[in-house]
Amino acid sequence: MDFPLLTVTAAVPAAGAVLTAAVPAARRTAAKWLALLFSLATLALAGLVAARFDPGGERYQLTESHAWIADFGVRYELGVDGIGVALIGLTALLVPFVIAAGWKDADPLETRSPRWRPTQGFFALILLVEAMVIISFEATDVFLFYIFFEAMLIPMYFLIGGFGDRAHAGTDEKAAAQRSYAAVKFLLYNLAGGLIMLAAVIGLYVVAGNFSLQEITAARAAGTLDMATNTERLLFLGFFFAFAVKAPLWPLHTWLPNAMGEATAPVAVLITAVVDKVGTFAMLRFCLGLFPEASKWATPVVLVLALVSIVYGALLAVGQRDIKRLIAYASISHFGFIILGIFAMTSQGQSGATLYMVNHGLSTAALMLVAGFLISRRGSRLIADYGGVQKVAPVLAGTFLIGGLATLSLPGLAPFVSEFLVLVGTFSRYPVAGIVATLGIVLAALYTLVLYQRTMTGPVKEEVRRMPDLRPRELLVVAPLIALLIGLGVYPKPLTEIVNPAVEHTMSDVKQKDPKPEVAVGSENGEAGQ
Amino acid sequence: MNPVNYLYLAALLFTIGAAGVLIRRNTIVLFMCVELMLNACNLAFVAFSRMHGNLDGQIIAFFTMVVAAAEVVVGLAIIVSLFRTRHSASVDDASLMKL
Amino acid sequence: MENLIALLVAAPLLGAAVLLCGGRRLDRAGHWLGTLLAAASFGIGAALFADMLGRGADDRTMRQHLYSWIPVEGFQADIAFQLDQLSMTFVLLISGVGTLIHVYSIGYMEHDERRRRFFGYLNLFLAAMLLLVLADNYLLLYVGWEGVGLASYLLIGFWQHKPSAATAAKKAFLVNRVGDMGLSIAIMLMFTTFGTFAFRPVLASAGETSEGMLTAIGLMLLLAACGKSAQVPLQSWLGDAMEGPTPVSALIHAATMVTAGVYLIVRSGAIFNGAPDAQLVTAIVGAVTLLFGAVVGCAKDDIKKALAGSTMSQIGYMVLAAGLGPIGYVFAIMHLVTHGFFKAGLFLGAGSVMHGMNDEVDMRKYGGLRRYMPVTFVTFGLGYLAIIGFPGLSGFFSKDRIIEAAFAKGGTEGWILGSVALLGAAITAFYMTRVMLMTFFGEKRWQPAPDADAAADVEPSAGHRPGEMPHPHESPKSMTVPMIVLAFGSVFAGGFFAIGDRFLNWLEPVTGYEHGHPPVSALTVTLATMAVLAVGVAIAWAMYGRRPVPVTAPRGSLLTRAARRDLLQDDFNHVVLVRGGEHLTRSLVYVDHSLVDGVVNGTAASVGGLSGRLRKLQNGYARSYAVSMFGGTAILIAATLLMRAV
Repeated sequence: MDFPLLTVTAAVPAAGAVLTAAVPAARRTAAKWLALLFSLATLALAGLVAARFDPGGERYQLTESHAWIADFGVRYELGVDGIGVALIGLTALLVPFVIAAGWKDADPLETRSPRWRPTQGFFALILLVEAMVIISFEATDVFLFYIFFEAMLIPMYFLIGGFGDRAHAGTDEKAAAQRSYAAVKFLLYNLAGGLIMLAAVIGLYVVAGNFSLQEITAARAAGTLDMATNTERLLFLGFFFAFAVKAPLWPLHTWLPNAMGEATAPVAVLITAVVDKVGTFAMLRFCLGLFPEASKWATPVVLVLALVSIVYGALLAVGQRDIKRLIAYASISHFGFIILGIFAMTSQGQSGATLYMVNHGLSTAALMLVAGFLISRRGSRLIADYGGVQKVAPVLAGTFLIGGLATLSLPGLAPFVSEFLVLVGTFSRYPVAGIVATLGIVLAALYTLVLYQRTMTGPVKEEVRRMPDLRPRELLVVAPLIALLIGLGVYPKPLTEIVNPAVEHTMSDVKQKDPKPEVAVGSENGEAGQ
Repeated sequence: MNPVNYLYLAALLFTIGAAGVLIRRNTIVLFMCVELMLNACNLAFVAFSRMHGNLDGQIIAFFTMVVAAAEVVVGLAIIVSLFRTRHSASVDDASLMKL
Repeated sequence: MENLIALLVAAPLLGAAVLLCGGRRLDRAGHWLGTLLAAASFGIGAALFADMLGRGADDRTMRQHLYSWIPVEGFQADIAFQLDQLSMTFVLLISGVGTLIHVYSIGYMEHDERRRRFFGYLNLFLAAMLLLVLADNYLLLYVGWEGVGLASYLLIGFWQHKPSAATAAKKAFLVNRVGDMGLSIAIMLMFTTFGTFAFRPVLASAGETSEGMLTAIGLMLLLAACGKSAQVPLQSWLGDAMEGPTPVSALIHAATMVTAGVYLIVRSGAIFNGAPDAQLVTAIVGAVTLLFGAVVGCAKDDIKKALAGSTMSQIGYMVLAAGLGPIGYVFAIMHLVTHGFFKAGLFLGAGSVMHGMNDEVDMRKYGGLRRYMPVTFVTFGLGYLAIIGFPGLSGFFSKDRIIEAAFAKGGTEGWILGSVALLGAAITAFYMTRVMLMTFFGEKRWQPAPDADAAADVEPSAGHRPGEMPHPHESPKSMTVPMIVLAFGSVFAGGFFAIGDRFLNWLEPVTGYEHGHPPVSALTVTLATMAVLAVGVAIAWAMYGRRPVPVTAPRGSLLTRAARRDLLQDDFNHVVLVRGGEHLTRSLVYVDHSLVDGVVNGTAASVGGLSGRLRKLQNGYARSYAVSMFGGTAILIAATLLMRAV
């Protein structure tokens, strides 16, 4: 039997979580290094997965399959397609940065008792989330996916509720109350989505008789598994609701600004850049793969919701007074683009959506982490408390600007590639939707530049006058992200190569073809390419 | 004598017992009312047995007596221990089991 | 030779990367590195130009394909360059003027502690602008398009500590983004229509699609051009953009970036040719802007803002010419090039004046400077003569041909457009004479430098003490030499291009040309132009030459006051867009909090409330439990009996 690479990739961070949690209270620094080491090992394994993955090969590769709960046909089935590889790579890549950025976020303010170990818990929880996210990207058994989709809420709940901004830690009762409100809201919202999905998962078992994504998809494609139209639609809605909560799609988004606002910046990155991607990923893999007809049936409504998300999220971002909430609303707008791309059902749209997931992870991580550094210096999340930072901390301001420019999809940076693909993909099938979505690019410029202007430019405020510039550790966190944003913006081919075949499979699942151009230009197109 | 009259009597006894359970506060009285209801049922069972020429009802009456005897043992034990801790035999005093 | 094309872009890009990432170690040599790389770009451009001249007219297009950028099923975007005569013209203009302005900035920005970064941004701008004109497809052009927008944003807001500069930068970027929306929609339309957005296939098969589609694409491209080239209705950012350092205004907001819109229209000529409606709209936009900018230019007392109005107006001429179709394309580009020379020269002259005058920008506080700054006076004067179209100088040849072409459009439109262009020429003569007279002639109206409180608002390049009277002096060599070179261009470029139709023959293979037949003879047009020019100059002389200029601006007529406020466009924007937007976002924040989140929290609260009610049933009294048991039993029995009965 082959080496179970996928299992190991998920198991390493899980093992790291256990070991980190077991580090004695006094050895805090050792726990941090241990966590970083394990996250880097995971990154190496993810790199190995990407290297072993053959874009031209089978749809699902590196598969593993073992009987698990035989009575219900639940199997332990893993396998990755290009989309999975890309997202596992993103997750494994971001977690070391999250750990490094949060290096001091969980240091206890005072030693309450010799057995109190918040640092160990913080890093163990991060690794645990990583393990669960990775296995959700790998699972090709619906039940297995469901378990981890839900289980990751538990460590996230503790990360949001247990660790706030240093500025407020331990001192401010109100901040603690808001934080626990945000954590409970996050948990209840997602549990509600998960419960509805559970009903749909059971319904799927009743209809299909097993939980294997591959078998069901193949049976649907071959026409051997018929679902009544209404059954399929109901099941689709059950799955979609859970994913839309997690993604989050308007109007199910309100937990995100609370959660991202109250959590520390690295945890906020974990939420929006990693955990939320499971939602959009699952739409692409499960909603479209299992229920192609119902997906097409729901497309108009989903597109409208996605467009509302784009415009509404961006407008609300403009109106925010809190830096982190602003970024959260910007993310809602971006998730609208991802969902738009998925449901436009064109190759460009879906490739774009997949790239968008990766690029949004990178750009939000860059912006949010720098914002976190900024907030930790001044001890305030309010935009109005800043001004003229550019003068005292030019490197910080510069990285913040690049993060912001990535958020507004400046050409040359990675998010542009994905955003444009989504727009073109949407436009070629639904021109009106495409045009409405382009409004997003103007609004994105508005909220980003307003944020930059109010915090970084203008006369230097007294409170920020002595603000130190980025420290080496912080620069080490941000610089690689920026390098990746530029690199993937100029040369996204390594990513598109992995993603394209997977998108083709999805397109054939839903039996859709790209619209043909009105005038076939023919041979001239592509001649220059080779 | 018409066996239906026994049923009327059983219904009357049951109603008296039920009303007692609902109205009285003293645990002992309450307990006796429950016994009254049980015995009303027994009477009804025996009456039915007679009416249908079938022994099942009488057998169940015996079962009921056995269960009632066991219940008396447990119930009196509870009442005695309740009285010891609270110095009162009122059911309304034992109202702590609420949210 | 083709492989050199990428180097054109790469050289300044390298400079930008090194200067921006290099840190303080490069502070001392950074500006030299930046200038050197800009010059390298010009050198490569010149070499390619020589190579191109050596080829036949049909064989001059060079291509370089680097790699496939976004390979996705059914979608192809390449990093590939196309260097033809049109691109070549721009390459030489951009890198040439760019290099001169780099040299100028060495002196101008000498006292600025962030000079290294300034040169980094300038190099970034050059790279993006060259990418814009060298791209072989619309998507790559879009990259350059936004890249110059970014560089412009960074440079306008270079003195970020001034809130006005930061606001102006943001405004420029946002207004440009509205235009960019047009460009991206145009690209999407191309993609759905042609399946590609590379220049060659799209332009070659433009005729195969419907006129409606071409009109749609054309209008979207026009929207993009309006944003970038500050044409009505997206012109409002250009005046504010003068917050940037003067070399930036000269390079980006006069000579190169703002003309990108004209490039886009001329490049997409095949699309516009198939869409007469789009062409007409283009010409109208150009005509409206040329009047708008000219009127604004007349009222401004800030020398840079007056020049900005003039830029807007001159670009209006170019857009008008581009909207005329093949009759006008060549002249649009010709005017663009000559304008690049004289407007850059004028801005550099303005910068030189400000340099000598404690960074004062109000022309009412100048006066009589010709004796103190002779080189600046002469070069500025030559630029002035060129822009008003004095016979024999650059502007004369290029503007005259545009006016002629406008008349040649034919019909009523031709008469209207032609007359507007003529009227514009008169107003141009007026406001430029006004600038000239107020700055260099007349009494000295100098004021002491603003005091310390206001000093924070002043460009920090000055190095002057507050309260001091200005000591106008000639600028250093590094500043005057570029001005002299540009003055040469302003004088001779037009004649060189026009005589023997050199420029026409050069560009014709790319843009096509169609000789128009104006309803009046070319000579009449020229004479009419001369006449209105003389009238404009005379009025300005009567108003500002013969009478002393008051230091504080008079209240002025309604039109003057409106023109001072950019013909109220900013007020309109403020009331409708800014205020409206604020209200919208504020109410949406409210809606999100109380409605969308309210539903969620309401659900939670109602579940909580309901359970609070239900909790009351659990009161601990055995009797009440007994009642509910009896009640439940009674209901069950009743229900059973009822079912029996039915």
